[in-house]
Formats: sequence, structure tokens, C-alpha cells
Amino acid sequence: MINTKIPFYRDPRFRSLIVQILVLALVSYGLLFIYQTTVSNLVERGIQTSVSFFDDVAPFKIGFSPFLEFDLGKTTYIEVFYIGILNTLLIGALGIAASTIVGFFIGIIRLSPNWLASKCALIYIEVFRNVPLLLQIMFWNFAVFLATLPPPKKSIELGFIYLNSRGLHTPKPFVDDLTNFNIWMFILFIGLCFCFWINKRSKKQFEQTGKRNSIGLYNLVGFIIFAILSYFALGSPLGFDLPVLGKFNFKGGGQLPLPLFSLWFALTIYTSAFIAENVRAGITSVSKGQIEAARSIGLTRTQMINMIIIPQAMRVIIPPTISQFLNLTKNSSLAVAVGYEEIVAVWAGISLNQTGQALIIIAMTIIVYECMSLFTSFILNAYNRKMQIVER
Amino acid sequence: MAKQIETFVRLPDRNPPSSTIGFISWLRQNLFSSVTNTLTTILFCYLFYLYIPPFIEWAIINANISGSDRSVCDANKAGACWTFIKVRLDQILFGLYFASNPEQTWRPILALSIFTIILIPLVMENIPFKKWLLLFMLFIYPLIFIVLVYGGFFGIPVSNTTQWGGFLLTFALAFVGIVLALPLGILLALGRRSEMAIIKALSVTYIEFWRGTPLITILFMASVMLPLFFPSGVEFDKVVRAMIGITLFQSAYTAEAVRGGLQAIDRGQTEASMALGMGYWRRNVLVVLPQALKISIPSIVNTFIALFKDTSLVSIIGLLDLLNMSQTASRSLDWNGYDIEGYLFAGFIFWIFCYGMSSYSQKLERKLDTDRRAE
Repeated sequence: MINTKIPFYRDPRFRSLIVQILVLALVSYGLLFIYQTTVSNLVERGIQTSVSFFDDVAPFKIGFSPFLEFDLGKTTYIEVFYIGILNTLLIGALGIAASTIVGFFIGIIRLSPNWLASKCALIYIEVFRNVPLLLQIMFWNFAVFLATLPPPKKSIELGFIYLNSRGLHTPKPFVDDLTNFNIWMFILFIGLCFCFWINKRSKKQFEQTGKRNSIGLYNLVGFIIFAILSYFALGSPLGFDLPVLGKFNFKGGGQLPLPLFSLWFALTIYTSAFIAENVRAGITSVSKGQIEAARSIGLTRTQMINMIIIPQAMRVIIPPTISQFLNLTKNSSLAVAVGYEEIVAVWAGISLNQTGQALIIIAMTIIVYECMSLFTSFILNAYNRKMQIVER
Repeated sequence: MAKQIETFVRLPDRNPPSSTIGFISWLRQNLFSSVTNTLTTILFCYLFYLYIPPFIEWAIINANISGSDRSVCDANKAGACWTFIKVRLDQILFGLYFASNPEQTWRPILALSIFTIILIPLVMENIPFKKWLLLFMLFIYPLIFIVLVYGGFFGIPVSNTTQWGGFLLTFALAFVGIVLALPLGILLALGRRSEMAIIKALSVTYIEFWRGTPLITILFMASVMLPLFFPSGVEFDKVVRAMIGITLFQSAYTAEAVRGGLQAIDRGQTEASMALGMGYWRRNVLVVLPQALKISIPSIVNTFIALFKDTSLVSIIGLLDLLNMSQTASRSLDWNGYDIEGYLFAGFIFWIFCYGMSSYSQKLERKLDTDRRAE
């Protein structure tokens, strides 16, 4: 009789257990080795790793911190860290807004029936996404803007926006009357809820009866008129601080220093090329049968675009575009090259050189980015989950 | 009974209506099909008229290329100063060591030529021995590169990595990144799909850690913290540190590209090889990976494009790569003020390589796509 019992060393469960224990031991040993050598190296160099430097005063100047007051001689390192994060978030938000608009615009031009327009969009996409971003940032900042933009006295004017070699100067909203402003915000919130409710009701009615009422447009126009009327009724609670030309530069208003402006410009152009490609891929992914079916049941062109093409294209466009937003925020770390004060520049750059606390500073920088990355993948997963069950 | 037999006479095909063929009809269909279309065409022609002629005038017609110092360019400011690129070309391409020792320039030129000679049959179709060429490229070529460019053997003088620069350094960083990251990435991808919980967790943590951080932070880490991680006797120079950082970073992206390929392989392949009694490694190396890697080549090439562009970040930690070298050259006293030419030239070189690679990967993607549809 053949012995059918498998010897224990050929049992897959046993083997996998042994392999896992071995790998875990190896990795732990490696990490422990690195930790021990690092500690002994630090002791050898006389660097004491501690967080006590957080409360020390930072001995350098940060020129741009629109959200937290920077005070040379008072601001501590930990506040520098916060300023860095806020500045990163600022460039991220600015870049995301602009690159989405430009990217969708270019992506739609790419699909234009006009041959010239479509080829121009193609050239835009292929040129800007195949050249390193760092090179583009430096090119725009050093070779174009610094070299060609006029001095403050001869600024380029666009309404109340001024562009010169110091940067971009915009009007900046500020709260004039806090109580009335809060009342205004509250009224607007109620109005918005009301609009949503009407929209939902009309959608429900459409689904039940098939009759479409174009309430959406009236809704929007109505809301805008309502907002403007209530704004004046409450005595303009929100004022605008306009930039005024001083002796050397503009004063007041919102100021985007030139490094921020060049970074914003380059990030927008670079990322929009990728987003445009996503948009093109998304729209072409809607199968021809869908469009033919929509035509054959007599939908108008607008209806077809709104109800058939956009919802299906968006499902393809949005996930890679969200990843592009994360890439943009990570890419904003290249600001080091032009001197915009975001987290890598002020924290992993200047602060590290000043204090020598490499371990803590690099770890904190990485954690900030890891948080952003986790947040993005959380949103992506939520979106994908929501989009999964749309089949009726 | 005589019945007339009609024979079938094939009439010649008629030409399509003249309004649907030819240049005029192409114009009508693509540029002037409607009012909006016509207006768009006019708008774009006007924009071309505004920007293209001045650019061509600056870059070609009025450009300076003669002479060997800035006096020519200073005399004619209306055109680009390609003299600068001409004079500093060896420096921008091969770095300071080879620029100051012109008699050694044959070394990088030979190394890059060998690379090109192997690469051309690799990307062409229907070439035999591709597998061997690829293995040669991945395992033998790096040795050739070290012997030729680093030197130290056969009486070839040593050029230290600290003196590497220009396009040569960009190439070396990208090549090291892809060659070392590929095996690491494959292992990580297998680990991420493994059924062993600990190995899977470790792989996922590793991959997501590197993917979540920008490369510049990793380069800072490599240049500041790497020396701390090793006993005090072990020293790396800056270039090697950057290479380590880039390899670790790239392996995470390669792993994700390979994982995409692994996911596309039918589970039946694994099950069939298990039924044949193959073990884990034989199953993966002989059955699953060859198919998975073939599918994932386009995504691997795409990560490689991103890496090639990202090598320019080493200029932030002070290495003189293609970008930093052109910039430094254009800021030197001899050529101060001609930085636009430097950026354009470096950008053009980067663009050629990235565009070439992306066209190749798109072509491959289309080819693989039809392969699948035909099944």
C-alpha cells in the first residue's frame, strides 16, 4: 500500500508559514540594522534627535505666507512647517482648478471636427507632456517671465489684475461687516438647499412622467440674482481690496509672487496636457452604438450630450484625473527650484539645513505627502464604489 | 432551340464623385464644413500668422551659429544664439570630465552607439534572437558601460562618477533605474498578488510608501539620510546615492505596471500549470510571467518615460545632469544671458526620447490590442 500522507515539509501551509517567518525576520533584521547604525551614526556626529527644536525661533525669512502671519524673530519651526503645508495646499488648489479648466478645453479641441484645431491640440499635448516639468518650470520662470515681464510701473493690466516682474496682483475679498456677512452666508446656504430640492423634484418628475422641464437653468439664474440682491440688501458685507501701485511695487490686494505664478503656470500647462488626454480617451470610449441609439430614439443633440455621452465619459475621465490632481500636488515640490516656499523648500530644505534634524524632518515631510496620497485613494475608492452599481 | 447566352461583362468601377475626393474636398470636409468650423480655421490661421513667423525668424533665419564666442551673438540680438550650444555641446552631452579631456570623448560615444545598435533590432518587429538581445542589454551592456565610461580597466583612465554630467549622466541614471528596478518590481508585483498575508502586506506597504512620496523628497532623503543608514566606513558619492533613490522609487512603479499585466492573465493559466504539477517559481517563471510581461511592456515603457523625465530632478540636489548642465553653461560668464537657448536644447533632447518612447508604447499597445481581439 502506498503511503498517501504528505510529509510535513512538502505541505504548502507549512512551507508558506516558514517562508513568511523567514521574510519577516529578514526584513525586521534589516530595519533594525538600519535603525541601530543610524542611531550610532547620529551619536558619533553629535546630533541629538529630538523634537525640541520645534519651539525654537526660525532664523530665516519666509516671504510668502498668506494664511499664517510670519514674523521674523517670533515664528517657530513648527509654524514654518504649517506655513509649508498651507502653501503646498494653496498651489495644489490653484493648479487643480486651472489645469482642469485648461485640460478639458484642450481635450475637447482635440476632438474638434476642425483638422487644424485638433492637430494643434495634439501638438500641445505631445510637446508639454514629453518635456520634464522641472525644465518647464525653470524655462517659464527664468527664461520667459523674469526676462520679459515689465517692471511694476509698466504692468500688464487685465481689469483689476496686474502682472509684472514681481508677480501677479489680484483683488482680494475681505469681510467688511461680520454679522451681515454671516447672515448673507446663511441665506445663501438656505437658497442653495432650496435649489437642490427643486432640482431633485424635477428630476424625479422627469423619471416618472418623461416630461422634461428646463428648470435647471432658471434655478441657476434665479440663485445668482437672489445672491446679488441679498448682497446689496445687506449693505455689501464683502469688500474687495484692490492692488494699488506704490513707489516700488503694488500694495494691497492678493499677491502671487513670481515664483508662485511661474510654478502655477508650468504645473497647469504640464498637467492639463495629461488631463486633456484623459478627456479625449474618455469621450472616445463611449461606444458608437450608444450615440446611434440616442439618435434613433429621437434625442436632440444637447440631450444626447448631457444624458448619454457625458455621464459615460465622466466615469472613464474622473479616476485618472483625480490621480493627476495628486501628481500635481506632489509635483509642486519642484517649487524648490524657483524658490516658492512650500513644504519641501521651507521644511526639507532650509529648516533641515539650519537644524540638521534630518530624520524627523524628512519623516514629517513624507508623512504629509503620504496623507495626501491616502486621502486621494480614499476619494478614488469611494468614487469607484459609487460608480459600480449604475446598471439598471 | 437557340438561346442567346448572356455573358457577364464586368463594368469598370466608376470613380467616386469628384466632390468627395481630392484636396479640395478634404479641405471642405475638415476645415470649412460649417460656419463655426470656418471661423475656427480662420482663428487658427491668424494665430499661426502671429506666432510662427517671428519664431522661425528668431530660431532659424536670424540665428547665429558661426564663431566660437559670444561676440557674434551680442552683435546680432534678433536671432537665437546656437553658437553657445555648438561651443558647449561636448559639455552638455558628456559632462565636465569628457569636455576637459577631448581625447577621451570616444568612450561615451562608443558606449551610447553600442546601446543604439542593440536597441534598434529590439524595437523592430520580426527580428530573431530578441530574447538574447534583451538579456544582453540587461546584463552584459551595463558592464560594457562601466568599463567604457567609468574606466579603470585595460588602461582606460578612470572618470569618477562625481564628474559625470550632461546627457550621459541622465542616461546612466535612467538606465540604472530601469535595469535594477525591473527585477525588484517583478518580485514586488508577485508579492502583492501572493496568498501569504505577511508577504502581501510588506509588498503593499513598500509599493504605496514609495508611490505616495514625490521623487524630490526621496532624493533629499537619499542624499542626506543614506549615509546615516550605513556603518561609517561605507561611503557613496552623490551620483550613486541618487541612483539608489531612483531605483527604490522606480521599483514601486514598475511593480504596479507588472501587476497590471499579471491581473490580465487568465487564472486558468495558473490552474493548468498547477495541474501539471509545477511549483510556484516554475509556474510563474515559465507560464505566467512571460505572458504578463508581454502585456505590461507598454505600461513599463510609460513608467520609464516618467522616470526619464524625472531624472532631471537630480539637478535640485546639485548633480549636473542634462538640464542642470545646460543651465550652468548658460549662466557661466562666457554665455550669461543665453539661457533660453540652453533650455530649448535640453528640452528638445528630452522631448525626442520621451516622444519616441511614447510612440513606441502606443504602437505596441495597439498591436497587443489587436492580438487579443483576434483570439
